[in-house]
Amino acid sequence: MQEITYREAILAALQEEMRRDDKILIMGEDIGPSGGPFKTCQGLYEEFGPMRVRDTPIAETGFVGAALGLAITGYRPIAEIMFADFLGVCFDQVVNSIAKHRFMSGGKVKAPLVIRAIGGAGLRFAAQHSQTGESWFLSVPGLTIVCPSSPNEAYGMLRAAIRYDNPVVVFEHKALLSTKGPVDIGGPIPALTGPAMLREGRDATIVASLAMVGRSLAAAELLARDGIAAEVFDIRSLRPMVTGPIVESVKKTNILVAVEEQAQVGGWTAELAAQVTEAAFDYLDAPPARVTLPDHPVPYSPPLEDSVIPSPERIAATVKSLL
Amino acid sequence: MKAKTTKAARAAPGVKPLTDEDRLALFRMMVRIREFEEEVQRSYLEGLVHGTTHLCQGQEAVAAGTGLVFREDDYVGYTYRGHGHCLARGMDEEAAFAELFGRTTGVCGGVGGSMHLTDIDKGLIGAFGIVGGGLPVSVGAGVTAQMNGRGQLSAAFFGDGATNIGAFHESMNIAQVWKLPVLFICENNLYGEFTRINHTTPYEDLIKRARGYEMNAVQVDGNDVEAVYNATAACAARARAGEGPSFIECMTYRHRGHSRTDPAKYRDPKEVEAWLARDPLTLYEAALIKRKLLTKAGAEALIAEERARQRAASERAAAGPWPEVGAVDYETLTFA
Repeated sequence: MQEITYREAILAALQEEMRRDDKILIMGEDIGPSGGPFKTCQGLYEEFGPMRVRDTPIAETGFVGAALGLAITGYRPIAEIMFADFLGVCFDQVVNSIAKHRFMSGGKVKAPLVIRAIGGAGLRFAAQHSQTGESWFLSVPGLTIVCPSSPNEAYGMLRAAIRYDNPVVVFEHKALLSTKGPVDIGGPIPALTGPAMLREGRDATIVASLAMVGRSLAAAELLARDGIAAEVFDIRSLRPMVTGPIVESVKKTNILVAVEEQAQVGGWTAELAAQVTEAAFDYLDAPPARVTLPDHPVPYSPPLEDSVIPSPERIAATVKSLL
Repeated sequence: MKAKTTKAARAAPGVKPLTDEDRLALFRMMVRIREFEEEVQRSYLEGLVHGTTHLCQGQEAVAAGTGLVFREDDYVGYTYRGHGHCLARGMDEEAAFAELFGRTTGVCGGVGGSMHLTDIDKGLIGAFGIVGGGLPVSVGAGVTAQMNGRGQLSAAFFGDGATNIGAFHESMNIAQVWKLPVLFICENNLYGEFTRINHTTPYEDLIKRARGYEMNAVQVDGNDVEAVYNATAACAARARAGEGPSFIECMTYRHRGHSRTDPAKYRDPKEVEAWLARDPLTLYEAALIKRKLLTKAGAEALIAEERARQRAASERAAAGPWPEVGAVDYETLTFA
């Protein structure tokens, strides 16, 4: 295990995979000699050259669509979306082309491509540069959606996504880029999908994604001081949403709190609450609770932005209110 | 009515001149596409084709003329008005009809339909139902062609309407900046769905769009199959030599409406009449008779033969089985 940042973990995965397979190439804005606006591609251009590390025009429809063209003709492209918010620009390519192309061909084509989108709030980037974006794609069959919450997940999931033979959208989080954690460099490729239990407990089940995972673990610490043992899951993949282990947990704890950094309406926590309710209705001691962003865009001013992002205190208080 | 051919479309060094055999093959391909589409229309009225379908009668010279230029390992992307391009790549007509009829014997197993007729094994990278949506994908196939370094090219077919959407401009720009071997082939039939070009676009000569990207461009009479061939062959030679993309504007006209529910009453009858008088098939038939490659009786026999061929393919397709609900493996269809 090496102690590295989330940013370094992304870069390590890209480097390692590109060294392994020369059919892998990456496209995005400012990722060439500049190394990427978030420095997630530093050194790739120097190592792999301009054919495999392509600086694109500011044209997400163009280069994300191009990724599909490459994927169905034998390459394994990665497209970096500088801010996840810009996925709105290439929505048609992702939803109407990438997600459906294999299906419409009668299952004949393969589209092994990865879209990496760096999203999330907390860095004072205001309403158009702070969204995470998963909800937009949640109802699109054909996509695989994953959300790494730590350096080790960023490293492992990206390697797994690159090796997967279908389109994967990897939502990364910019507030996590500088966080450090142990990473199993060169270790086995982890499962791309399915939740991970990060803390065991008997009193309540907390499920979170991306930056909310760390905050949920912090909430569990707060709850422990009051003698409440929370079980914490990282949902990891939203499509497919694998709920089996979470259902089992709820059967034990009888309480579900789900945390996401998106507006509540149409978020993945709604789907999780529905699935857990369907599978474990008789075990629930309280209605499942969701801790989310409010139903308005993310504000710029630091005290305002801080107030809308679910905090460990808010998550802990929500758990307590159900007990 | 516009039907011009720029100089570049007539004379081009490095273009393989057409043989008599090529000329007859071009004529046959145009007839095949025409008769296929006529059969689709008949089948639609019989209730065999479902939903909608977009026919290309009148535009056959584009599919046939370009099709003769492409190599087996080239990539071809197109739109919902793409039956002709599939046939030009050698798609089996029975499998094509069966797809249109929603049968399990269809080339996409009946899940694609008329708008998504495709076969990657023939270098067809897809039929895109969203206007302009296929262009970035063709750019990606162009990157593949560039990286493979084997002189392949990627051809993208689209209509005049697509030149107003962002995907077109992003694609043209990327292809030019990266010097990709992509041919942007615009079938300018003057109508985007039900609306004439002058209501939606500041000019009718879309070649002007290419000049904004400093891209090699040619405007050609899209109803003159040899002109289409020559122009495309010249641009293809450039692309294969690493000299970058081209924009080829084929001035043409669709004989029918936008889709099967559109009687196209919005068109000036005089305009329609003028273009029908320049039917690419009758023009080429006359040219081949003049060259003594064909007689009137020979042409009629060939047309009858193709008509019977399409009719037979359609009948075999109509006898094909429906997909069995519950037996379709949607998981495998969606994920590799």
